[in-house]
Amino acid sequence: MAFNHLTDSLSNGIFLAVIAGIPMIAAYKSVRVYEVFVDGAKEGFELAIKIVPYLVAMLVAIGMFRASGGFDIIFGWLGPTLEKIGVPPAVLPLALIRPFSGSASNGILADIIKNFGPDAFVSHLAATMIGSTETTFYVIAVYFGVARIRRTRHAIPAGLIADFVGIVASIMVCRLLL
Amino acid sequence: MFASARIVEEVKVLNIVWLGLILLSVVFGIINGRIPQVVASVTESAKFAFELALGLAGIMALWLGIMRIAEEAGFVRALARRIQPLMRRLFPDVPEEHPAMGSMVMNIAANMLGLGNAATPFGLKAMNELETLNPIPGTASNAMCTFLAINTSSVQLIPTSAIAFLAAAGAAHPTDIVLTSIIATTFSSLAGIIAVKTLEKLPRYRLPQQEPPHGV
Repeated sequence: MAFNHLTDSLSNGIFLAVIAGIPMIAAYKSVRVYEVFVDGAKEGFELAIKIVPYLVAMLVAIGMFRASGGFDIIFGWLGPTLEKIGVPPAVLPLALIRPFSGSASNGILADIIKNFGPDAFVSHLAATMIGSTETTFYVIAVYFGVARIRRTRHAIPAGLIADFVGIVASIMVCRLLL
Repeated sequence: MFASARIVEEVKVLNIVWLGLILLSVVFGIINGRIPQVVASVTESAKFAFELALGLAGIMALWLGIMRIAEEAGFVRALARRIQPLMRRLFPDVPEEHPAMGSMVMNIAANMLGLGNAATPFGLKAMNELETLNPIPGTASNAMCTFLAINTSSVQLIPTSAIAFLAAAGAAHPTDIVLTSIIATTFSSLAGIIAVKTLEKLPRYRLPQQEPPHGV
């Protein structure tokens, strides 16, 4: 519980230091904080709306695939092989869904913690995996969407290599340290 | 024009992934008898995508406002100068004083602090500014791919949400995963950077007008 409190106050502390600290020091340097804030904030809406078509395209395709049970079929194919090379079967869905959906992988993490307990090795492994990888396809859709990029070149292979290494490294590091 | 024509001939990954997901959804939907769910998910996801963007608009406005204050106060430039040697090596095509540099620095800093909420607005602003440097609009530049690889490899030092999940379930030491995450994230970031720098030189991904071995 003390740790819970510690991390909570740590992330709240960082958040507040940024959100209150920056304007405070800027005001001390005689920046007209309110006007400058509003001026910068204007860009937010435009950028958010720009990504809508790209986000729709990506989320619809991923949503359809998840609804069709496609992920379950892929687990069926890959499961036995991955288990042989030492990947615990419980984290396999997480490894596969992680590049596609942040909310789905958080759901899987919550599910693993519920089934194995918050102090189990698998739970800590799953949390480490989430902490060291990203929702590659979401990031690509949103970031390239805003720049209206349609030809993504090597961004996807590089992102997936980073995810793969993150997952393998998580397994190895957790085996060694936990 | 001829430059982009040559790129069109390349395999376009996103097209294949997108079409593949849709076609496989139909096939698997039929096999699993889940066609009604697949159909329902189309409208649901489309609606959700817009709601997501709309929710993002407010958060973006907030963080871009804070960033403008940080810029005016000279914080961004100070931070950028400190990590300039690294940034120059990662993004040789981006001029040091270009606004894209500042946004990328803020994005990476926010990511490291675990402020995912703040990282996205800075990242989107950076991409928008990188596009102004892009010689071939519509095609990702090397700087964009490198920036994306850094973002998708997750450079966060404090995995706040993962810790929160463990803590909420009553884990004895939820912060145990901080060290393992930092080590794993270091590996994934290095792999992402090495991959992106290696792949950009492959004939398959190389930009058309780029001379293969370039000096300084």
